Amino acid sequence: MARRSRTKTPIAEQKPKVRNSNFNEVCLGYTIEEGQAEAIRCLQCKDAPCIKSCPVMIDIPGFILAIKEGNMQEAAEILSSYTNLPAICGRVCPQEKQCEQVCKLGMAKNFEPVAIGKLERLVADWALENQDFSKLSQSDQPKIGRVAVIGSGPSGLTVAGDLAKLNYEVIVYEALHDSGGVLTYGIPEFRLPKRIVKKEIESIKALGVTIETNVVVGKTITMDELRSEFDACYISVGAGAPNFMGISGTALNGVYSSSEYLTRINLMHSYEFPKYDTPIKRSQQVVVIGGGNVAMDAARCAKRLGAEHVSIVYRRSLEELPARIEEYHHSVEEGIEYHWLTNPIEYIDNGNGDLSGVKCIKMELGESDESGRRSPVPIKNSEFIIEADTVIEAIGQGSNKVLLSTFPELKLTKWGYIEADPKTGETSIPGVFAGGDIVTGAATVILAMGAGKVAAVQIDNYVQEKMKTPVTTKV
Amino acid sequence: MVRPMYKITKRTQLSQNEYDFLIEAPRIATKAQPGQFIILRINDSGERIPLTIAESSATKGTIRLVFQVIGKTTAELAQLNVGEFILDLTGPLGMPTEIKDYGTVLIVGGGVGIAAIFPIVKGLKNAGNRVITILGAKTAELVILAKECQEYSDELIITTDDGSLGMKGLVTEAMEQVIAREPINYSWAIGPSIMMKFCTETASNYDLPINVSLNPIMIDGTGMCGGCRVTIDGNIKFACVDGPEFKGTQVNWDEFISRMKQYTDEEDACLADYQKAQVIHNG
Repeated sequence: MARRSRTKTPIAEQKPKVRNSNFNEVCLGYTIEEGQAEAIRCLQCKDAPCIKSCPVMIDIPGFILAIKEGNMQEAAEILSSYTNLPAICGRVCPQEKQCEQVCKLGMAKNFEPVAIGKLERLVADWALENQDFSKLSQSDQPKIGRVAVIGSGPSGLTVAGDLAKLNYEVIVYEALHDSGGVLTYGIPEFRLPKRIVKKEIESIKALGVTIETNVVVGKTITMDELRSEFDACYISVGAGAPNFMGISGTALNGVYSSSEYLTRINLMHSYEFPKYDTPIKRSQQVVVIGGGNVAMDAARCAKRLGAEHVSIVYRRSLEELPARIEEYHHSVEEGIEYHWLTNPIEYIDNGNGDLSGVKCIKMELGESDESGRRSPVPIKNSEFIIEADTVIEAIGQGSNKVLLSTFPELKLTKWGYIEADPKTGETSIPGVFAGGDIVTGAATVILAMGAGKVAAVQIDNYVQEKMKTPVTTKV
Repeated sequence: MVRPMYKITKRTQLSQNEYDFLIEAPRIATKAQPGQFIILRINDSGERIPLTIAESSATKGTIRLVFQVIGKTTAELAQLNVGEFILDLTGPLGMPTEIKDYGTVLIVGGGVGIAAIFPIVKGLKNAGNRVITILGAKTAELVILAKECQEYSDELIITTDDGSLGMKGLVTEAMEQVIAREPINYSWAIGPSIMMKFCTETASNYDLPINVSLNPIMIDGTGMCGGCRVTIDGNIKFACVDGPEFKGTQVNWDEFISRMKQYTDEEDACLADYQKAQVIHNG
């Protein structure tokens, strides 16, 4: 057998100068031949550490072996027995911190780990192209029970898919007009094409899941109504309320939350204005505040809308950047500039209520805080101004109170998230389960899915137990 | 995806640019309370716009929307006929008006804002209040829902800028007269932002508490983007979930009015494109 390549099989990408003016997907994916060349690199470890570091414990060596042998159908079946959203996870999971981080090949000197994420994506895309979901036949056995899922993001879709596979009637309630949660309104087209999201959701619906859009639970339907109509409920409404720093000038025109900026672009297609009716500012000088994936997404969108200068202001340094390193590299290639160890202190008014600049202060790293990260401290007299007509704050989200405020019986944590057992998804109310960002705070797609998988098993147990309990009739 | 269809069951043109629709939306109709609104999207390329629920009937499963044509989406909406559908309709959104017996209340509506005060007038009357209603518009033609408001008001005062109906002048002048004449316990004003700002000034000159309903730019309407943020008593609030009703004296009016102008250029261009296309389409 040929020697294993030290590096990952190269993958085709759009050139930075081309892609920074379009919203098409940056990474073009492997061909089957390229995938097979990469699959050969897998050591097929018996005690594969990659499996344990995957939140949904996919049989990684198993599906890679199937690719190697040219059996895409089998690879797809292995994947789908663990995950309901492989085309999405293959694209947006931080594999470098999960499966690929512990890959034994990658541990060897001068070797890169197996490109597990890119292989997952290859198989999932193949399946979406080649499988006919309409032919999936649903079980004609009577349903075990009815479950309501609130929110159609990755966690809710996972619960829905798993429970449908277990022969439950599942109805997913979504507040927006399109399903997918952050996959639809948050992560941009160039990282996660919406046709992939739509197809993946179609595949979940093919299992027998019903999705009702335009339903705001707490307003359109109450939790009391859902609890009386269904055997169990799963709350997966995410962490979708934007935080603002609240510095002077936050109300100026040109100041966006990343949530608004990305919702306009991704959900409402404002980058295609006026073909689509929702407008967005065509800015020249854009400053994005924050260092997570959302900040990268917002900055790269701004560039694609034609901004001349887009810079990211981050209060720590590259070492602490929470964003995926792949996305950071992509952003640099596309011409995004960085102001490290910098924090905004004021947004400046041009005199007409419009933003003209961002006043910043330089920071230095001081003592380590409780999270182990060195906390940034402002350096006196180091203020400077970055000219800007647009600023986008991407400093995190909190829990949205629309549902929670109408359901006061539900116990919350001191940060306002739902108190749920991470091992079961159980909340303080029997029959009400929760998972994803509304429990953990903003995290990753795959963790939200992992929580969904756990909860689906527990919801099944709960409903089965409830069925067994003899019904006490009043005499 | 299950898409409930939101059918238009009644369409009335109230004035040159104002329309009155009844739409089938049973879930919303069951839950709607005075002060709440919906977000609608006409079609797949459409934008999401907020409109106040002017009336709702749980038994008929319909909600009533009154709107003024001010841009592309409202122009497109006005073209829809009875039997046609709206693609997306979400609600009821926002916090309801606090309906209770205050004693005597003064309610001011201006222009298309009259449609937004009507459910409040009705709610407060049914809660036992003595209701004095002031309706203001540029001309007689634009005084909408006068009959409906009359039915639920102990007294109805109409003002027009040109004197073509009722009193000639501004709603604030009518407010002054009422306040001078009898004690008022609480007041509301809904209409153009500049009107609400001046109503607030008038009310606070007499220490009369006043609520206004803010209509900032909205996208989702469910608290997830902050596009509709307003400064209330120095704090950032989201009008879609914390409001839309706030105490008039706590609103930072200049900021609010300035933020309404964010997309004027884009809105004008979009409407012009639409009108051009309509002309070509209709010959």
